[in-house]
Amino acid sequence: MTSVPSKRYSDDVSLVVVLLDTNPFFWTASSSLSFSQFLSHVLAFVNSILLLNQLNQVVVIATGYNTCDYIYDSSMDASQSSEKGRMPSVYSNLLQKLEEFMIKDEKLGKEQSQRAIASSLLSGSLSMALCYIQRVFRSGPLHPQPRILCLQGSSDGPEQYVAVMNAIFSAQRSMVPIDSCYVGANNSAFLQQASYITGGVYVKPQHLDGLFQYLTTVFATDLHSRSFIRLPRPAGVDFRASCFCHKTTIDMGYICSVCLSIFCKHHKKCSTCGSVFGQAQSDTSSASDHKRKAPET
Amino acid sequence: MTNSIAEKRRQQEDEDDEEDGDLEGWGERNYTDERSWEALQEDESGLLRPIDNKAMYHAQYRRRLRSLSAASNSHRIQKGLIRFLYIVLDLSRAASVMDFRPSRMAVVAKNAEAFIREFFDQNPLSQIALVTIKDGVAHSLTELGGSPESHIKALMAKLECSGDSSLQNALDHVHEYLDQIPSYGHREVLILYSALTSCDPGDIMETIQKCKKSKIRCSVIGLSAEMFICKHLCQETGGLYSVALDESHFKDLILEHAPPPPAIAEFAIANLIKMGFPQRAAEGSISICSCHKESKVGEGYICPRCKARVCELPTECCICGLTLVSSPHLARSYHHLFPIAPFDEVKPSCHNEPHLKSQKTCFGCQQSLVNPGNKPSLHVACPNCKQYFCLDCDIYIHESLHNCPGSQILGSTDKAVEQSLDHTNRANLHALKKDVQKEFKDHMHHMDCNFCNDMYFHYGCTPNL
Repeated sequence: MTSVPSKRYSDDVSLVVVLLDTNPFFWTASSSLSFSQFLSHVLAFVNSILLLNQLNQVVVIATGYNTCDYIYDSSMDASQSSEKGRMPSVYSNLLQKLEEFMIKDEKLGKEQSQRAIASSLLSGSLSMALCYIQRVFRSGPLHPQPRILCLQGSSDGPEQYVAVMNAIFSAQRSMVPIDSCYVGANNSAFLQQASYITGGVYVKPQHLDGLFQYLTTVFATDLHSRSFIRLPRPAGVDFRASCFCHKTTIDMGYICSVCLSIFCKHHKKCSTCGSVFGQAQSDTSSASDHKRKAPET
Repeated sequence: MTNSIAEKRRQQEDEDDEEDGDLEGWGERNYTDERSWEALQEDESGLLRPIDNKAMYHAQYRRRLRSLSAASNSHRIQKGLIRFLYIVLDLSRAASVMDFRPSRMAVVAKNAEAFIREFFDQNPLSQIALVTIKDGVAHSLTELGGSPESHIKALMAKLECSGDSSLQNALDHVHEYLDQIPSYGHREVLILYSALTSCDPGDIMETIQKCKKSKIRCSVIGLSAEMFICKHLCQETGGLYSVALDESHFKDLILEHAPPPPAIAEFAIANLIKMGFPQRAAEGSISICSCHKESKVGEGYICPRCKARVCELPTECCICGLTLVSSPHLARSYHHLFPIAPFDEVKPSCHNEPHLKSQKTCFGCQQSLVNPGNKPSLHVACPNCKQYFCLDCDIYIHESLHNCPGSQILGSTDKAVEQSLDHTNRANLHALKKDVQKEFKDHMHHMDCNFCNDMYFHYGCTPNL
C-alpha cells in the first residue's frame, strides 16, 4: 500500500481478503469437489479480481486445523514477473507458500496430537484478516474498500463460537462485510450469521463444478456496484439460541443475569459462573414490568 | 477510554464527509489544533521535533489496560451486564458557560451522543433514560429504552438552558423510576454536572441515603470544579466522581462508563430472566406490528409467547412483556466475561530467543517490526501464544477485536472432543493428511503444464503471458 501513494483510489477499488479452508479432514472426505479442483477455481477467481482493476488487492490467508497464515499478498509481489516464463507468479508463490503452510500445519498437529480436528480455525483467520484490514485503514485516508471472503468447507467448531462472534462484531463496527461461500454439506451457522450481521453475502453453491462462476458473479463485484446488483438474499438465518445444558435450540429460555448463560429450564445455580439464583421471579417481574410500561404505550 | 480504532475511523470518515459539506459546527475541532506548539519537543541536539505521539499514546493505553486487568483479577469476573442507566444532564444556567467551546451544553450533548452509541454497542441488553435539570426541576426527556436513535433525537431537540440546577430533585426523580426496576438489573445514574451549586428543597443527605438503600450507583462527571456533595454522593453509592479538564478529557471520562462495571453481589441479585428468542417473520407476510401499530410487509420478529409482531430486537414484547433478544445480542456481551490478557512489552534486546528470532513481522497484520534503520521497533508479545504484535494491532486486539489471533491457533483445546477421538480415528487422520499432501504435489505438477485441459488455466498456462 505504501508503495503507491500517488495512485488515486476511487470507490470501486477493493481489497479482498480470501480465507481459504485447507482442513485436510474435510477435503479428503468431500467427494463432490477435490482440493485441486477447488484451488483451480479459486486461483482463477483471484486472478480475475486482480484483472478487474489494476489497484485491486488480494490477500489470501490459509485456514488450517492447527494454525493460520498469510500465503499470498498481491501488494508484496506486484513487481515480480513470472518465473521461467511459464506460470504467473500468483500461482507459483501462492502454491509454494500453501505447501509450506500445509506441512507446518501438519507438524503442529502432530505436536499437540489430540486437538479438536473436525473444524478449521475460522476464528484465527478472521482475526488475522481484521488485523490486516485495520492496518490498511491506518495507512491513510486513501485505501481500497476492504472485504473478507470466507471459502469454507469444514463444519463449525462450537468451541470457537465466542471468538468468531467477537470477530464478527469487530468487522461490523469497522464496516467490513464478510462474504462467505460454503462448499460443505450443511449450512454453516457461523458464516450465515457473519454475513448477515456484517451485510455480506452468503452463498452455498448448488453445483460445485461451477464454483468459479458462483465466485465471479457474486463475489467479484466491488462494494459500490453491489447496490445495483440483485445478490442472493439471506434466507432464514436462525437467530434462536441453544441452551448450554442440552444444546437444544429453544424459543424461550432462562438467562443468567450475571453471565448471560442460556438454560432451557430453571436452575438453582448457574453452571457457568456459579451464582446462586433466587426464586423464579421471571414471570412476576415481567408482569410488573408490563404494568409499569403500560401507561407509556 | 474505550474509543476504539473503529471509532477513530468513523470520525475520520465524518471529517471526510464534512469536507464536501457544511463546515460550520466543526469549530471546536479547530481549537484543539491551535495549540500546535504543544506538539513539539526539543531533542538532544536542540532541534524541534514533533512529539512521538504513537509511543506516548501506547504507553497511556497500556497503563489503562493494566489498571483494568488488575481490577478484574482481584475478584471473580462478574460484570453487571444488564444495566438500567439514567443519564442526568444539567441544563441550568451554568451549562451556557463558554469555557468549553462552543459551550458546556454543546460539548455535553455531543459527547453524550457518542456515549449512548458506545453504550448500546457494549451493552446490548441494557436500557438508558435521559433526565434534564432546568430551573431547579428535573424532567424526564426519554423513558427507559433500548434504541439509541430515539434518545439522541430527543436529546438534540431539547438543548436550551436556564435557571438553577438541583441535585436533590434530580436524584429524587430518578430514584422514583429506578426503584421499580427488577432486582437483577444494575441501577445506575450518570450525572453530567455543569453547575457549582445545587438548589435543593430539602435535606440532600437523606436523598443520598435513600439512593444508597435502593442500591443505585451514582456517578458524577463535573465540568467546572470538584464539589464535596458530588464526591460524597459517589462515595456513598459506589460510583465514580471525576472532573473534566477539557473536551477530550471529558470524552475519555464519559466513555469510561460504557463498559459494564464489576458486579457487586449486593447491588444486583443474580437471577434467571426469562427471555424469548423470536424468529423472523416470513418474507412477504403482511401483519400489524405491535410497537408502531402499523401494518408492515416482511421484516419483523414474532414473539414466541404471544405471537405478537415486533419490528426490532432487543425489545420487550408490548403485549406480554417478555424480553425479546436474539442470540447475537447475548454473544456481543460475552467478551466482557472472557477478556484477553494484556500483552507484554518486548525489549529489543530479547531477540536472542532462538524460536522467535525469525519473526520480523507483526503476527496480526504482517507489518514489519523492523524500522528502516534495521533497528527493531517497539512491539509486544502475547503471553499466551508468544507471537509478536505491533502496537497498533495490540490496541485493536484489546479494544475492538477481543481475540488474540495467535491464541486462537494454539489454545482452545476442547477436552470433550479430544476424548471422543479414539485410536482408529487418529490413525485415519494420518492417512487422510497423506492423501492431501499427495494431491498437492499432483496439483503443482498439473500447474506446470503448458496447455492443460482445464479451461480455467488457459490464461495461466499460455507461455507468452
